Amino acid sequence: MTDGTLPARATGAPKVAFFNDPKTRSLIFQGLALALLVFVIFTAVTNAVTNLRNQNIAGGFGFLEQTAGFGISQTPIAWAESMSYGRAFLIGLLNTLLVAVVGIFFATLLGFVVGVARLSPNWVISKIAYWYVEVIRNLPLLFQILFWYLAVLAAMPTPRNSHSLFGLFFANQRGITVPRPIFEAGAGAIGIALLVGIVAAFAVRSWAYKRQAATGQQFPVAASMAGLILGLPILAYFLSGMPISFDYAQQGRFNLTGGMTLIPEFVALTIALVAYTAAFIGEIVRAGIQAVSYGQTEAGRSLGLAEGRILNLIVVPQALRVIIPPLTSQYLNLAKNSSLAVGIGYPDMVSVGGTILNQTGQAIEIIAMWMGCYLTISIVTSIFMNWYNQRIALVER
Amino acid sequence: MTTSFTRSELLQPLPPPASLVGPWGWVRANLLSSPLQALLTVVGAYIAVTLLWTFIDFTIIRAVWTGADRDACLDEKVGRSVGACWPFVWAKFGQFMYGFYPVDERWRVNLTYAVAVALLVPLLIPAVPQKPLNAVLFFGAFPILAFNLLYGGSLINPWLSVVGWLAILGGITLVVGYLMSRVEGPPNMLFLKWGGAAIAVGILLLLLVRTGIFAVPRLPVVETRQWGGLLVTLVVATTGIVAALPIGVALALGRRSKMPIIRLLSVAVIELVRGVPLITVLFFATYMLPLFLERSPDAMVRVLVGVSIFSGAYMAETIRGGLQAIPKGQFEGAMALGLNYPRMMSLIIMPQALKLVIPGIVNAFIGLFKDTTLVSIVAIFDLLGGIRAGFTDPQWASPVTLYTGFAFAGIIYFAFCYFMSRYSIFVENRLNTGRRR
Repeated sequence: MTDGTLPARATGAPKVAFFNDPKTRSLIFQGLALALLVFVIFTAVTNAVTNLRNQNIAGGFGFLEQTAGFGISQTPIAWAESMSYGRAFLIGLLNTLLVAVVGIFFATLLGFVVGVARLSPNWVISKIAYWYVEVIRNLPLLFQILFWYLAVLAAMPTPRNSHSLFGLFFANQRGITVPRPIFEAGAGAIGIALLVGIVAAFAVRSWAYKRQAATGQQFPVAASMAGLILGLPILAYFLSGMPISFDYAQQGRFNLTGGMTLIPEFVALTIALVAYTAAFIGEIVRAGIQAVSYGQTEAGRSLGLAEGRILNLIVVPQALRVIIPPLTSQYLNLAKNSSLAVGIGYPDMVSVGGTILNQTGQAIEIIAMWMGCYLTISIVTSIFMNWYNQRIALVER
Repeated sequence: MTTSFTRSELLQPLPPPASLVGPWGWVRANLLSSPLQALLTVVGAYIAVTLLWTFIDFTIIRAVWTGADRDACLDEKVGRSVGACWPFVWAKFGQFMYGFYPVDERWRVNLTYAVAVALLVPLLIPAVPQKPLNAVLFFGAFPILAFNLLYGGSLINPWLSVVGWLAILGGITLVVGYLMSRVEGPPNMLFLKWGGAAIAVGILLLLLVRTGIFAVPRLPVVETRQWGGLLVTLVVATTGIVAALPIGVALALGRRSKMPIIRLLSVAVIELVRGVPLITVLFFATYMLPLFLERSPDAMVRVLVGVSIFSGAYMAETIRGGLQAIPKGQFEGAMALGLNYPRMMSLIIMPQALKLVIPGIVNAFIGLFKDTTLVSIVAIFDLLGGIRAGFTDPQWASPVTLYTGFAFAGIIYFAFCYFMSRYSIFVENRLNTGRRR
């Protein structure tokens, strides 16, 4: 607003006091701010050095090599108590990422369902969705995590009397047990086939669009994409001699054997995060759909498009433009909120880091590592979502 | 006699078919418009009724209302399946509300609440006049009073110190103004006189505080370690929001400043704080702050610092949104009037920007109120922490204690947040008058 190069200061203009010159003034202010910053940092560092020396804590990241000596209840990579703090922290990071990815996936699904349900012509459905959003959004997330953990999952029966679904899934106090896939030699071929299928599917799609643009002829894109993505891996599965099998849980006399058990902390945290974030995503989706004027739907009808195509080609692409930016911040919120895991002891980055902090007293390093990891997650997510947002943004003149 | 083949008067419109009007028409349109919708209605209604019934059944119908200990809430003692164990909540009520605040001193907390309500209610009702005075009292005087009452100590000294510091600051401003006016023309001696007087008065007041003459009427000190329950929840939330406004305004202005260093610092603070979870900010305040300072502040103070920085960074983005919504013409108009930057911002821009984002501010407050639950992770006992502590009391250990505690906490949190969100919608509708057609 204040422009440093006002032409009014030509010869003959009244002399301006040096501190009223916007340029000088801004220099003074910035100098003061910088001096203050340097002073604060200097004091903080001096105090930290003194305090750390008094507490006999060596600075630096050398402690990451030391033996951790504590157990971790969920370890995506191999873990033993004799391993280092660095590896423990890495496991925490992986657990955070796991919850974040699983949470984002299900929260998006549930959120879209809630958002659409709120706009449903069915009075009962829209009221349920409304009250779901109201109740969930007005209760603290930590409250909800504790509720699922202490009141729902802890009240599950003992392993002996597990709730069972089709004899495949079991729920009890120790978590939820699901069949565990076993990969034998040759299973890699299926993964390769899946990748090839995905690439081929998108190639077909772009070819079909080009052809349609050039000749007007349509191609069954959806069916062929589904066929490639699903069919190729299935074909590879049989060709390579069925290398994937499942280890099903067996209900023994006192316990379940086999299968893969999701620990209750993970289940409680994921359910709470998904339910909480979905309420916010639901509102975002509703706002996005409502932002598309009804005239667009009517225009689609007058062109003779089928209702499904109106939704796919006209309404959703326009709604997405409104939805994506706030959706991004909800994804970031979910990733950050996964730190509440520490409240129930799920071994995420904050929880494991907190244990390390208590054992070693390396507060500065641990907190710096947390902040670094969360900032990286935030930045990567927003770069991806911004890229996606730019792709779908309205192209104007 | 002419035979007419056309009607001479209009035919009265027929009533709409019975299937389209009245309750039955509504049901057909909203519940049973197609077989799929009918199925959804049935399934949805079943789920809704089950959930609602479970809640009412537990909290009211099967609940136990009176009793002295856990025996009152045990199925085998009562002889039926027991729902909520409300005697547990009555017995622990003091702990849930005040934590370990001494029983004899709890009137101070109640008085603080009473003053808060007396100041807040008129602030929230648009028809009540004297809003600026009210706001100054609530955001300026009330925090000092609240601290004075809750923490205890001398009743007069804190006020004298605040007045003293304000006088010194005002005096310095006046003296600086005098120095500036000297450069431009004939010096304004009035500035110097008043400024000097204010500084002298301020120093005098601070010295008076030091002597301890006014230390006499004092309340017993209640350490913050003894605070707990809803009191802590409200203290943390209120401090957060009161501190968030000035921090947020400063950071938002800094972010839009043309001075590169100031802008860079503001952006760095905002993005750094917004990019990490609140819990790491709280850990930072609890574990790192004491390392950076010579004397470690009180645990509650550390948490309040963390919460203030956190909410300030979020508030900055809310306020930035408001600033960006102000048309450039308003800035240009202010400059054309010859206003300087502080006046332009405080008289023209900020009032409009803040008015635009009041709903955003209320939403930030709701978020902060919910986030206060996290302080229990750094060992400060808020409402949720107090209720969790209540579960461990063997005197009340029963299968329903846990659920009762959750029901109680849930009702309180929901009541607060729901009221705030309603208020935010109310304000939004009220402020929307200009753009509504």
